[in-house]
Amino acid sequence: MPIDTPPRAMPALYARRPDFRRRWSRLPARILILVILLVLTACFVLPFYWLLITSVKPMDELFVFPPIWVPHHFAWDNFSNALGFFPFWQYLFNTVEICVGTVAGTLISNSLIAYGLSRIDWPGRNLVFILLLSTLLLPSQVTLIPLFIMFAHIGWVDTYLPLVVPAFFGNAFFMFLLRQFFLSIPAELGDAVRVDGGSEWTIFTRIILPLSIPALATVALFAFINSWNDFLGPLVYLQTESKYTLAIGLSTFLGQYGSQWSWLMAASALVFIPIVVLFFFTQRTFIQGITLTGSKG
Amino acid sequence: MALPMDRAHARMPWGRLSRSGRRNLRNGLLFTAPGIIGLFWFYAYPVLASLFYSFTSYDGLHTLSWVGLRNYSDLARDGLFWQSLFNTAYYVVLSVPLTVLFAFGLALLLNRKDIWGLALFRTIFFIPSIVPLISSTLLWLWLFNPQYGLINTVLSYVGINGPGWLNDPAWAKPALVIMGLWSVGGWMVIFLAGLQNVPVELHEAAELDGASPLGRLLHITVPFMSPYFFFSAISNLIFGFQYFLQAFVMTQGGPAESTTFYSLYLYQNAFQYYRMGYASAMGWILFLLVAACTFVLFKSSARHVYYGGQ
Repeated sequence: MPIDTPPRAMPALYARRPDFRRRWSRLPARILILVILLVLTACFVLPFYWLLITSVKPMDELFVFPPIWVPHHFAWDNFSNALGFFPFWQYLFNTVEICVGTVAGTLISNSLIAYGLSRIDWPGRNLVFILLLSTLLLPSQVTLIPLFIMFAHIGWVDTYLPLVVPAFFGNAFFMFLLRQFFLSIPAELGDAVRVDGGSEWTIFTRIILPLSIPALATVALFAFINSWNDFLGPLVYLQTESKYTLAIGLSTFLGQYGSQWSWLMAASALVFIPIVVLFFFTQRTFIQGITLTGSKG
Repeated sequence: MALPMDRAHARMPWGRLSRSGRRNLRNGLLFTAPGIIGLFWFYAYPVLASLFYSFTSYDGLHTLSWVGLRNYSDLARDGLFWQSLFNTAYYVVLSVPLTVLFAFGLALLLNRKDIWGLALFRTIFFIPSIVPLISSTLLWLWLFNPQYGLINTVLSYVGINGPGWLNDPAWAKPALVIMGLWSVGGWMVIFLAGLQNVPVELHEAAELDGASPLGRLLHITVPFMSPYFFFSAISNLIFGFQYFLQAFVMTQGGPAESTTFYSLYLYQNAFQYYRMGYASAMGWILFLLVAACTFVLFKSSARHVYYGGQ
């Protein structure tokens, strides 16, 4: 053992040296990258900083040049003013109502469809899958007008039904995401239930759904955010002001108080802060969902 | 035991399916029923109805009359239609490559283990992409303010007299592209995931053979990432054709119609002028344009996209 050690240690030493040298020769590159990252960080963060200081600036500090980077006075009442001129709580409630309906519909319909397209072998399965997937390529503007006319004729315009009901009839993106997940669950788990005489429904509710909670959480999160951010749908279908969502309310707020930038920024902050808070609580689900979406693109 | 088995595999009157095959067909149809109904209700019917409406003059409620191809011939003579097509093409041609390259560049910067604070940088670059579009649109409207906005303020510090951005027909579209680049974080995360699939051994082998970092990027990383480029290019192309909210809220198509994008003009025709037939014709032209672009991209992807990774 002691005799053996030097020859063995030598190559190890040689192997380490280039690595050591490489690390130091790369130091300028690392510093350069760090500098680039810091400049980019400034570009990404400054808009947020600008929004936040604008939202607490008193009016007389807003339109001055050069601009004030740290407000001398904090006008916290900008927030209460924004809330006063814009029925924030009403719109928040409306938005949440639509979001909850949409999330429920998305979860129910897409888990059923994804099950039928991944765990049951039947003729025509691939055709249905490809047809559903191809709807991703169809711009929503193509179907918007006939759908509006149809919803107008059945009296659904100015209700939340056109925004919520379609979620109960599948969505290519979420169907695809859940199908990928269901395919990764071993088939034997279902076969065991079939041998015992259990139905597909039993397999679906007792085995597949409990095992898919992470994927379902991702779908719920994305559906919630899509619905929260939806603009064209509420813009086209909602007419009564008291039924507006936050997104539409905010855009009409701009029309009415276009130069009150402090209030506008305060209101914008109120609309995006819930989503950012949600992000910090669900970061893992978020990143996983995006990665899952891209991984089989 | 033999008898039921035989029965199960016997050919049935309808179709050529065994008993279990029929059961599977029935269950498959039942489980996917929401999707099949949705396909007819929210896709097949509206696409065909849209084609029908495109041959009519219709205000959406009362007077529907067949006008044949007149909507299409009117569109061909409508200067604003061509302007909106040009604006959209301009936006797509500028924003799709920039979005893909910028997101890929961010992912490359973050795809290393020797930099401190990676998770923090990743979060910072990602956050803007989850800000509701309406909030970020209002924010950027203020940032682009020529006198008091952040952007011209910062430019003035380095001695540049910033343009009028959204008030200037020449700068309005580039301004919207810049705003879009702020929220590429989602694509960055997708590219970061893709970069994990690029084999490290190939890079190590090439480095031993003396390949430069740029050479390795172009000949190893880029080919492995090509499916991701393709996916993001197609998605951004389709999003680009649908570009609406930002123009609707920030500029209403101005100044001098420089931001009247296709979808905005379609919306104005349908829901401000109630020319549903005319807007439907625009919808169908959009449909054909997107289909054609997607087809060309898919065709060229056979030559340029490498599906050799895991």
